Amino acid sequence: MLNRYLWFTGLIILIILAPLFLSNFLVVFLTEMLIMILFAISFNLLFGYTGLLSFGHAAFFSIGSYVTGLILLHIYPSIPLAFLIGVIAATLAACIIGYFCVRLDEIYFAMLTLAFGMMVHTIVWKWDRLTGGADGLVNIPRPPLNFLLFQVDLSSIASYYYFTLILVAISLYILWVIVNSHFGLALKAIRENSDRIQFVGINVRRYRLISFVISGFFCGLAGAIFGPFLKSITPSIAFWTKSAEPVFMSLLGGTKIFLAPAVGSVIFMYLKEIISGYTELWMIYLGAILIGFVLFLPGGIVGFLYEKLKGRRLGGIVG
Amino acid sequence: MNILEIRGLWKNFGKLSAVAGVDLDFREGEFTSIIGPNGAGKTTLFNLITGKLSPTSGTIMFNGKDITGLTPFQISRLRLSRIFQITNLFPDLTVYENIKVAILAKRKESLRMFTLTQNRSEADLETEKILEVIGLLDKKDSICGSLSHGDQRLVEIGVALATDPVLLLLDEPTGGMGPEETDRMVQFIRTLPERQKVTILLVEHDMSVVFSVSERIVVMHQGAIIADGRPEDIRRNEKVREAYLGE
Repeated sequence: MLNRYLWFTGLIILIILAPLFLSNFLVVFLTEMLIMILFAISFNLLFGYTGLLSFGHAAFFSIGSYVTGLILLHIYPSIPLAFLIGVIAATLAACIIGYFCVRLDEIYFAMLTLAFGMMVHTIVWKWDRLTGGADGLVNIPRPPLNFLLFQVDLSSIASYYYFTLILVAISLYILWVIVNSHFGLALKAIRENSDRIQFVGINVRRYRLISFVISGFFCGLAGAIFGPFLKSITPSIAFWTKSAEPVFMSLLGGTKIFLAPAVGSVIFMYLKEIISGYTELWMIYLGAILIGFVLFLPGGIVGFLYEKLKGRRLGGIVG
Repeated sequence: MNILEIRGLWKNFGKLSAVAGVDLDFREGEFTSIIGPNGAGKTTLFNLITGKLSPTSGTIMFNGKDITGLTPFQISRLRLSRIFQITNLFPDLTVYENIKVAILAKRKESLRMFTLTQNRSEADLETEKILEVIGLLDKKDSICGSLSHGDQRLVEIGVALATDPVLLLLDEPTGGMGPEETDRMVQFIRTLPERQKVTILLVEHDMSVVFSVSERIVVMHQGAIIADGRPEDIRRNEKVREAYLGE
């Protein structure tokens, strides 16, 4: 137990100190990793905890990203304002898309989210005058954060890294609480048996919709952070391959342990970075590795290690 | 007082009438069993009462309220609960969580997003009470799917009891059990009405179980009621012998 806390504390200290001893290139990479971790874990609230596989979560990520970017570019260069509106837009989209999708189960749910996701992609791609079409949004500003007494400059990658770290940490904490709350237990029961849970008085659709909207909210936030981070975004972040990323990350890490998709994200991005340095065909190799993981470690890497260490089947009780 | 009143109930699947014009009243506190050969419509009747299926025609009144066409979760909230013929639980959750989620739903606390389940509350006391009733307190941390069939049947009843029902529909609680497990289950079911202040409706194949626990027996055949009365009347009933006991 003590050992575990030591590891955890060590890891957190490393994460906090990272910009002091890493190159800018690596800090950029870490920042993107943090954003993808938030994306994957928000997605997994729906996938691992509610039992709904969405293939359209890039919609919320990209809506959060585009709306935030547009506000910063054209309305008013304020991070809090732009983030707020970006996240609200993503949440509203989740309400509307979720309203239709939670009526269905399993493959039908997955296909409907995919369809909505592709609709959002088409809008982003074709609405040239607003979204810049295939070129996307360029030169998204990264204005300083204004607190009443002082300003925080976000122009350096180190400061934006910390800004991202704080937002992601708070979001993960909130998601952790939700997963371990009464509501979280009800979600797990829905995942286990969505038919039976109705006979104890739970309105499954309502719970699924709430879970869907929370998931969309945090994906929107991940997207909002992403725009000013890269300073330019293209419709590729709305494409279905972007929706597939959190699916892979969750499967890779494990879907039933809260932080497992984070491990999946780290491995996914690391592999992608390494392999794409060698070959254009990185997707083939990455795909092959992922197929191997899914076939031979169906509980994900963290799930597998957890079972080995504890020597027991993985239940729903693991935070 | 009648706890459940069924009037002119029909359920058609294509040309087949699984339930064909059933009229039944159930009195509060009376242990009633429904028997009949396979395909007689017993489980369909349960599915109609609990909202899993909606009837082709007819009405169902529960505690003076029309519940025809309500959804399962609405009916469950009115404190009408059931167990399923085929074990139907949350297999990857622990026994404790299986019960607790039902307790939370009943207490209308299951939407609380910022209350951690690990913090003990009133709901945990109620959960433990149910575990004690079904006698699985010592197995509360086991993963439900890993329990023996008999224990899973008990959890099944525990989940149903957790919603604090006034009417409980038991669909073959001893199905698939060996003689010893069956005995244990029968003893348990026998004590339920008094202990939990609940009226029980039982569907069961094992005639010795039915005749030992029931105060009233309803016999179904091809979707209709062919006999209804005290166990000793049913035993003597000619129509029942012909249609069902095969004599």
